[in-house]
Amino acid sequence: MDPNLQALLASLIDGLMLGFIYGIAAMGLTLIFGVMRVVNLSHGAVIALGMFGVYIGTTSFGLNPYLGLVLVLALGLGFGIVMYFVSIHRVIDAPELTTLLATYAADLMIIGLGTAAFTTTQRAVDVNLGTFQAGAITILGTRVAAALIAGLMTAGLYLFLYRTHIGKSIRAVANNRSAAELMGINTTWVLALSFGIGIMLAAVSGGLIATILSFTILSGSAFQLKSFVIVVLGGLGSPTGALLGGIILGLLEGLIPVIRLPLIGSIPFGWVPVIEYVFFVLILLVRPKGLLGARA
Amino acid sequence: MKTPQSRFLGIVLLVIALVGLLPIVFNSPTMREEVFLILMLIVLASSVNIIMGYTGYVSFGHIVFFGLGGYVAFYLMQTFQVHLVLATVAGGLVASAFAFLLGTPVLRLRGAYFALATIGINEAVRTFVNNFEPFGGSVGMFFNFSVYDAYGGAANALWFTYDVLIVVTLLTIAASFWIKKSKFGLGLMAIREDQDAAQVLGINAARYKVRAFTISAFFSGAVGALFFFKNGIIEPNIAFDLVRSIEGLVMVMLGGFGTVIGPVIGAAVYELLRSTLITAPPLNLGFTIIEFSNFHLFIAGFLLLLIVLFVTSGAVGLLRQRVPVLRRYLE
Repeated sequence: MDPNLQALLASLIDGLMLGFIYGIAAMGLTLIFGVMRVVNLSHGAVIALGMFGVYIGTTSFGLNPYLGLVLVLALGLGFGIVMYFVSIHRVIDAPELTTLLATYAADLMIIGLGTAAFTTTQRAVDVNLGTFQAGAITILGTRVAAALIAGLMTAGLYLFLYRTHIGKSIRAVANNRSAAELMGINTTWVLALSFGIGIMLAAVSGGLIATILSFTILSGSAFQLKSFVIVVLGGLGSPTGALLGGIILGLLEGLIPVIRLPLIGSIPFGWVPVIEYVFFVLILLVRPKGLLGARA
Repeated sequence: MKTPQSRFLGIVLLVIALVGLLPIVFNSPTMREEVFLILMLIVLASSVNIIMGYTGYVSFGHIVFFGLGGYVAFYLMQTFQVHLVLATVAGGLVASAFAFLLGTPVLRLRGAYFALATIGINEAVRTFVNNFEPFGGSVGMFFNFSVYDAYGGAANALWFTYDVLIVVTLLTIAASFWIKKSKFGLGLMAIREDQDAAQVLGINAARYKVRAFTISAFFSGAVGALFFFKNGIIEPNIAFDLVRSIEGLVMVMLGGFGTVIGPVIGAAVYELLRSTLITAPPLNLGFTIIEFSNFHLFIAGFLLLLIVLFVTSGAVGLLRQRVPVLRRYLE
């Protein structure tokens, strides 16, 4: 095969897999926004907590990282519910500024304690699942596993939201909270649960990232910004849009460094985030409802 | 016109000028560094308060103007040996021009969308500067010592920067007061309360908002120029630090959203608290040693949460509610 095409294909596959992982963090963000109109600024901090959850599980308790991930999932859900009652419940009906600042306060507290506990040294989870060989293209096993888990989580979330009673209540609350309340839905619990699930998704995506990249306690913020970009791509409040946005972003990140443009030639890797953010602002300005324009 | 409020403004300016003079009187560089930071934060908080407190648009990425002003001024001083005062004005003007250009499209967005867009703009500029070779890329720029010669050496240059900062601070507060008391400010506050109603009443909301954004950016840009001149080094992650941006919002909330004196009090209290925590000796509890310096972010977060949940109007707002007499004076 032509080496150029090979490189292109390899980065496409890599980007696609990363896209799934970005996608679930963004789904958490968009679920929270869709249900309660809260932009969760503590998403990055929770992603970092997910990373450290898996890290501590493997280094201190000798757990398999994927078993640690299950633990992260459960803890994330509980942590999210607690967080909802501590920082959001009281101001759920206040203007957006208030909830933005409330979630940012939670972010500062998590990052503050995290920095004190873990310092900002670089960590990595030691996990090796071998490699897959497809023709001349090599794919890391850990990446495949992470993408698969992310795919499963997405399917699970979809089934939960569309096939279960609680899932339907969540969608009802997202649609019209007072009407849902009149139908006998305990909206407080539904809000707390939705926030918990959103936080859980962030924590799991953090855990997955930890199995493929090295990280520090501050790494979450980069992924939080990516989640914002994705969510805006797919439309605030739309989980399926988030997955699609994640894949688009992942593919862009994979493609931009390898494509050759006429005139400029190749784009250096450093310019990738610049393109992402400019894209993000432009979409906000031109299509604030997202490229798909979908609603939850 | 001697209203109680304008007398109050006079007192505020006087107090700030007196505090600003303290390090000069005592000739103490350490004290100057501390007051420098406080004054800088007062300017930043007052600046963001114009768009956030008066107009109701929460500019999360406001630090982009600080960084941009800093970079432009730094570049001018480094490459063309432009004088600090001119460079400061230039930094402020470029930040203003940037805000003016962005303002028209971005200020059409409301609420969370605006906040997200300002974050996006800050990150776009930060990553851009990271790759922009004339500004030194990710390494940033640092001064050749000869830059300080024009001011009589490095030590004198630092004192001179400080003097300029005092002037900028006083100007910022005077401007903040003037905006609040003017018809223009009244229009901004009408937009904050209900934009559609304000428009029906004949306020050109788009023009008002852009003007507020442009004015607000000027002060952030100017103080950025001073800060990075003092530092002698500038790099993207420090110039466009989102944490510092949001700390500015915390200060505004702490002191009192939409008041003139609120950001001043908020910035001073926040910085004093932070520096106390950072310099506090570690507390030995026997089983563990608590290093307070690591906890300033946690405490800032905790404080912010308390304010957001229980005292939304900040210290000044609370005083105005509880002590009606003060309403005539506190602005």
